[in-house]
Amino acid sequence: MTDVVMRAEDVHKRFGRLEVLKGVSLDVQQRETVCIIGPSGSGKTTFIRCINHLEKVDGGRITVNGQLIGYRQKGDKLVEDSEKSIARQRTQIGMVFQRFNLFPHKTALENVVEAPIQVLGQSRDQAAAEGIRLLTRVGLADKTDTYPGKLSGGQQQRVAIARSLAMKPALILFDEPTSALDPEVTGEVLSVMEELAHEGMTMIVVTHEMGFAREAADRVVMMDEGVIIEEGTPEHFFQAPEHERTKQFLSKIL
Amino acid sequence: MLAAVDWHVVWVRVAHPDHVFFLALTRTVYVAVIAQVIGVLLGVAAALMRMSKAAPMRLISGVYVWIFRGTPLLVQIFFVYYGANELLGFTLIPNSLGLGLFSLDGAIVGGILALGINEGAYMREIVRAGIDSIDKGQMEAAKSLGMRYGLAMRRIVLPQAARVIIPPLGNEFNNMLKNTSLLFAIGVYEMFADAEIGYSNSFQPVEYFLGVAFWYLVLTTVWTFIQAAIERKLAASERGEELSFFERVQAVWNPVSAWRSAR
Repeated sequence: MTDVVMRAEDVHKRFGRLEVLKGVSLDVQQRETVCIIGPSGSGKTTFIRCINHLEKVDGGRITVNGQLIGYRQKGDKLVEDSEKSIARQRTQIGMVFQRFNLFPHKTALENVVEAPIQVLGQSRDQAAAEGIRLLTRVGLADKTDTYPGKLSGGQQQRVAIARSLAMKPALILFDEPTSALDPEVTGEVLSVMEELAHEGMTMIVVTHEMGFAREAADRVVMMDEGVIIEEGTPEHFFQAPEHERTKQFLSKIL
Repeated sequence: MLAAVDWHVVWVRVAHPDHVFFLALTRTVYVAVIAQVIGVLLGVAAALMRMSKAAPMRLISGVYVWIFRGTPLLVQIFFVYYGANELLGFTLIPNSLGLGLFSLDGAIVGGILALGINEGAYMREIVRAGIDSIDKGQMEAAKSLGMRYGLAMRRIVLPQAARVIIPPLGNEFNNMLKNTSLLFAIGVYEMFADAEIGYSNSFQPVEYFLGVAFWYLVLTTVWTFIQAAIERKLAASERGEELSFFERVQAVWNPVSAWRSAR
C-alpha cells in the first residue's frame, strides 16, 4: 500500500428513489487536505457521512487505511459489518459537524475526554492531561470547565475539533464546519483548521470557504449532482476552472 | 349532620396520629418509591425495545403496554399477588422477603411488583418521548467517536432525555403515591388500610377517611414542592447554569429539610 488514507471507489448512495451519489471515486493521501465544494444537494455532505458509515453506501466501496468501512467481504458479496467493528473503525475517523453536536450536559473538557476514557479505555488522568493540552491548542485553556451552552459558536466548534483530535484519528472529516457560525467567529475556527492542515493532519473538508481552501487545501474537489466534476489545486480553481458548472458556482460564492 | 362528627377524633387523626399510623405512612412512601423505580427501569427497557430494529422486541414492548394500560390496576394487583406464582410455576413472590435488617411481607412484594409493572407501561411512552426529543446529532456525534449504541444511549442520550422525562415522571409519582392505597385490598397495611381498620372498629367513616385523606394530601403536597424545586433547577441548567451533582442533591434536599425543620 502507498500512503493512501481514504479511498472511495465508485460510491453510490440513494435515498428512496433519489440517487444522491452516482459513482464517486476519490483518493486522499496521508497529510493531505482536500476541500469538497459544490452547490447544496450535490451530495458532498452525504459523501463524507459515508466515509464513517453514518450513511450506508449502496454501491462501491470505501476504505480507510486499507480497511473496508462498514462492510465485510462474504464470498463475492459485501455484508454489513457488526456494530462493534464499525464502532472500532470509527475511532480512527474523526468528524466535525456543522452544528457542533457537543454534549450539552458535559463541560468542554468532559466532552473531549469522554470517548478516550469510555472507548479507548484511557485513565482519567491521562485523558484529562491530553484534553487540557488539546483545548489549549485550540485556544480554550480557560474554558475547560465551561458547559457548551455558555460558549460561543466558534468556541463550541473549537471544542468539537479538540474532541475529535483526542481520539488521535488517521483522518478528520469536516462537514461545513463554519456555515452555522456568525461571520465574525468563522476566522477563529478556520485558523485552527489551517494550523492542523499545516501540521500534517489528513483532512477532508466540505466547505464554501474558498479563503480556507487557498490557505490550507492541497486539492479542491468540485461536486455536482452526485458526481465529482472537477478537481485540482486551489490555484487551478481560482485561475482557470474548466467546467461551466464550476465557473457558475465559484462566481456565486467568491 | 356535621354535629354527628367527632371533631376530636378528626383532630387526633390529623395532628396526633399514633405510631402504627406512621408505620403505615412510611410503608406507603417506600412502596411508592420502590414501585416507581421499578416502573422507570421497565419503562426505559420497554422504550429501548420499542425503538429496536428487531421486530420481536417491538412486539413484546407493544403487547406489554397494550395489556397493562388496557386492564384495571386493581385486577393486575390481584393477578400478580395471587396468580404470579401459579402462572410461572416457581415462587416469584415469597411469603416473606428477608432483606437483612427488615423483611417485607409477601403482599408488599407482590403489590410493589404489580404497581411497578403497571407503571412501566406508562413510563415507556414518557421515556420514548424524552429520547425522541434529543437531537439526532447527539447520537451521531457519539457514534463518530467510536461509541457503540448502548454506550452512547447510557452516557449521552439518556442523561439528556432525563431532563425531559423528569416533569412527567413527577406527575406519575404523584399518582403512584395515591395508587398504593389499592394494596389495602390484598392486605398490605398501608395508610388507607390503617384508616379502614380504624373505621371498621369505630364506625366513624368521616373521622377516619378525612384523616387519611389529609395525610395523602400532605404527601402529594410535599412531593409537589420537591418536584417544583427540581424543575426550577432543571430550568436553570437549561439556561446554561449547570449544576454539579452536589447541587442536584441539594435541589432535592433543601425543600425536604425546610419542611422538616418547619414541622
